[in-house]
Amino acid sequence: MELQVTWFVLWAVLWAVYFMLDGFVIGTGMLHGFLGRSDGERRVLINTIGPVWDGNEVWLITAGGATFAAFPTTYALMFSYLYTALLLLLFALIVRGVSFEFRSKEESVLWRRSWDYAIPVSSFLLALLFGVAFGNIFAGLPMDATGYHGSLLYLLNPYGLLTGVLFVLLFMVHGSLYVAIKTTGELSERARVMTARAWPALAAVAVVFLAYTKQATQLYNNYFKAPVLFLIPVAAVAAMIVIRIELTRRNPHKAFVASCVTVIMIVATGVAGLFPNLIPSSLDPAYSLAIFNTSSSPYTLKIMTLVVVLFLPIVIAYKIWVYRVFHAPVTVESVLEDKQSY
Amino acid sequence: MDVLTLSRLQFAITSMFHFIFVPLTLGLSIMVAYMETKYVRSGEELYLKMAKFWGKLFLINFALGVVTGITLEFQFGMNWAEYSRYVGDIFGAPLAIEATVAFFMESVFIGLWIFGWNKVSKRVHAISIWMVALATNLSALWILLANGWMQHPVGYVMRNGRSEMVDFFALVTNPYGILKFGHQIVSGYTVAAFFVMGISAWHLLRGNQSSFFKASFRMAAPFALVSVLLVAAIGDFHAVEVAKTQPAKFAAMESVWETKRGVGLNLLLMPDELHECNSVEKICIPNMVSMLAFHTPDGEIKGLKEFPKSERPPVLSVFLSFRAMVGLGFLFLALAVIAVLLSRRDLLEKYPLFLKVMMIVIPLPYLANQLGWIVAEVGRQPWIVYGVLKTSEAVSKALDNTQVLTSLLGFTLLYGTLGLVDIYLLAKHARKGPDEDLSSILPKERMRR
Ligand code: HDD
Ligand code: HEM
Ligand code: HEM
Repeated sequence: MELQVTWFVLWAVLWAVYFMLDGFVIGTGMLHGFLGRSDGERRVLINTIGPVWDGNEVWLITAGGATFAAFPTTYALMFSYLYTALLLLLFALIVRGVSFEFRSKEESVLWRRSWDYAIPVSSFLLALLFGVAFGNIFAGLPMDATGYHGSLLYLLNPYGLLTGVLFVLLFMVHGSLYVAIKTTGELSERARVMTARAWPALAAVAVVFLAYTKQATQLYNNYFKAPVLFLIPVAAVAAMIVIRIELTRRNPHKAFVASCVTVIMIVATGVAGLFPNLIPSSLDPAYSLAIFNTSSSPYTLKIMTLVVVLFLPIVIAYKIWVYRVFHAPVTVESVLEDKQSY
Repeated sequence: MDVLTLSRLQFAITSMFHFIFVPLTLGLSIMVAYMETKYVRSGEELYLKMAKFWGKLFLINFALGVVTGITLEFQFGMNWAEYSRYVGDIFGAPLAIEATVAFFMESVFIGLWIFGWNKVSKRVHAISIWMVALATNLSALWILLANGWMQHPVGYVMRNGRSEMVDFFALVTNPYGILKFGHQIVSGYTVAAFFVMGISAWHLLRGNQSSFFKASFRMAAPFALVSVLLVAAIGDFHAVEVAKTQPAKFAAMESVWETKRGVGLNLLLMPDELHECNSVEKICIPNMVSMLAFHTPDGEIKGLKEFPKSERPPVLSVFLSFRAMVGLGFLFLALAVIAVLLSRRDLLEKYPLFLKVMMIVIPLPYLANQLGWIVAEVGRQPWIVYGVLKTSEAVSKALDNTQVLTSLLGFTLLYGTLGLVDIYLLAKHARKGPDEDLSSILPKERMRR
């Protein structure tokens, strides 16, 4: 396989894993006040993601770094074109991270209540902005020889917004399932009910999304060229249905696995349609940012491949180990008893 | 103001803000790991108490280091797109490697350390903080190799209208980057050691838990002494490298205008950029600048006049920052020597004045770190990649003033608020002192796995 293609796949994998892992953190954050009725319960919610949220966010940093190293021209143009959207994203990431860390470091009610607003607002913004950004990447950005002709308002076109709503609902379902398996008793039950309520909305928006994609983007061109690709969106829909089934069977663990698959397959659906572009131009295909015209030199790609092949498996191994150390659900008692908890 | 000026201001503000938190993380992670190791080895609860108390302050500081770092990575693309396009082939690699080998390790093991007191064995728990310490220092290595490449580009060729990497080995063995790394991590250790001594001094002055804080002080003092000695020694070699590779920066650091052999060091000196000379030159140590630059008394120093005006860095700020940094280094050395002597002989409480001084100087190592970066980054101007790309050519073309002005204001407001919140929390928890009630902090003997 050509190195550029390898890196396209790696690029997609990094984003997909990022959304799978941070997706449930974002979801848990969005539902913070809706699921957590008391201070104790809200602390439980933060502690379910406490040990892992930073490690999950590093997938985003790595995805960014990998774009920089492997496709520097895309990195440069994408980040400067989407300046204001990325700025908002950065602010949301910063506020969210600080809120998790600082909320329980002070007893005052006003203090804690302020962070209790910051957490859902920043998490919601993250889901929406990532959705809007990826919707626009799928549809292509208005760029040509003279540069970029969009603005923040341009990004809020119907397809971008639809993708934004899709991401919000997707992460909501994903996050509430995570809460359902990581907590006990009433809180867990509340999260299960929340998932069941959000699911029909997710399913409806997902169907509209898949249909509207035909109109708003060129993504399906690749699919008609290689119909086997249709297995990807089919898998996405199937996994989504499995969520519903396992939910009724009161198997939240299996439902959560299914929602992980759903997230990955939705990202894969978009990315498979993009290939070989990273960002298509909606004005003139000649100005699309593709893997062949924006990549690093073969030498750099080789070095980077070596680094990833050597280190990513180690990373994945210790991440799995740490997830297993923290497999037990979090309870109000365990939070109160542990002075280091959030 | 134009996009270039605003972007420079924004990068300076965001990176210097990130860099308030970084040095303490570099040093305090190691000290906490050492404390916890002593606890595991000896079983003495004092060390556990220490690891918990200093660990809590470490975490409050760490939180902001983490969230402000990602801004920097994004900014390369957002504000410096031309830079990213032009050198991404070689500069992107160390950033991506930093994330892969260091940030993952750091973030995963810090989670294990914070929440794992009752979940893993004592040994594994202590190992997890060592992993964090290793990872933070590893992240410094990669980012400084990246920055070292901007200071002294190696291992690349110009091809396809950009610089492409041809020798990865040259990048990772770049003496400039290695020296930067050495100098930087020990500067971080200095910050941490003075932080621990300063807070301990505050409590000792009030007679709070004096055995705890005397023990902390006694542990930090030799750490400070060794670190400061290394800062000065590596800094000296670093200066030789600067003189060799970036003569204009070196001339600005010492404010030398004419090319000469055997240049002396004036203890009192004031540059006058307008008239291209020094308005004050007093108390000269003969041949000292030549010694510093080349380790020989008659080394030839290239004066600033040798360079066209458009290729000279701003002299005054580079010169003053360098003087102040080195001056502070000697101050820290003196304080560290006294600290070691007094704490060894258990005389700290007899010298409240010294304790007060140690309390007041907590911010100075931070200041020295910031000044160091001003020397390195302002001194490199007008280049962003020395001799390859000018800062003015590196800025994104797609931006307009309003966008960057808005983001600059946004960052200033957000960071200002976060800075205040962080200082409030640090002060609160530092003042509170360690938990008296040991039963509440002792790990439960319910160890799984
Ligand atoms: C805090 C640590 C720090 C680190 C790791 C870096 N710098 Fe730096 N940089 C600064 C600290 C700094 C500074 C001290 O904040 C400067 C120097 C003068 C100034 O105004 O800000 C600065 C300025 C500065 C400017 C504006 C030029 C100027 O106003 O002088 C640019 C474009 C960069 N830097 C670029 C970089 C890049 C691409 C880096 C990647 C490795 C980098 N710097 C590492
Ligand atoms: C301008 C260059 C820099 C960039 C692009 C950068 C990037 C980053 C990023 C993305 C993070 C967040 C990591 C996380 O979320 O876990 C971070 C944090 C950190 N960086 Fe920087 N950094 C820069 C400068 C430096 C320097 C020079 C050092 C050390 C000498 C350093 C050391 C650290 C440390 C210790 C942290 C704190 C915690 C953490 O990494 O998780 N950084 N940096
Ligand atoms: C005592 C004598 C010292 C000497 C001779 C010295 C030397 C130097 C030199 C030559 C540079 C410029 C590097 C460049 O241009 O890239 C530098 C940078 C720096 N210095 Fe110092 N320094 C000293 C003390 C200190 C102290 C006490 C601290 C902080 C505790 C400190 C922190 C820094 C930092 C953070 C940088 C920027 C990073 C780097 O370039 O390594 N230095 N130092």
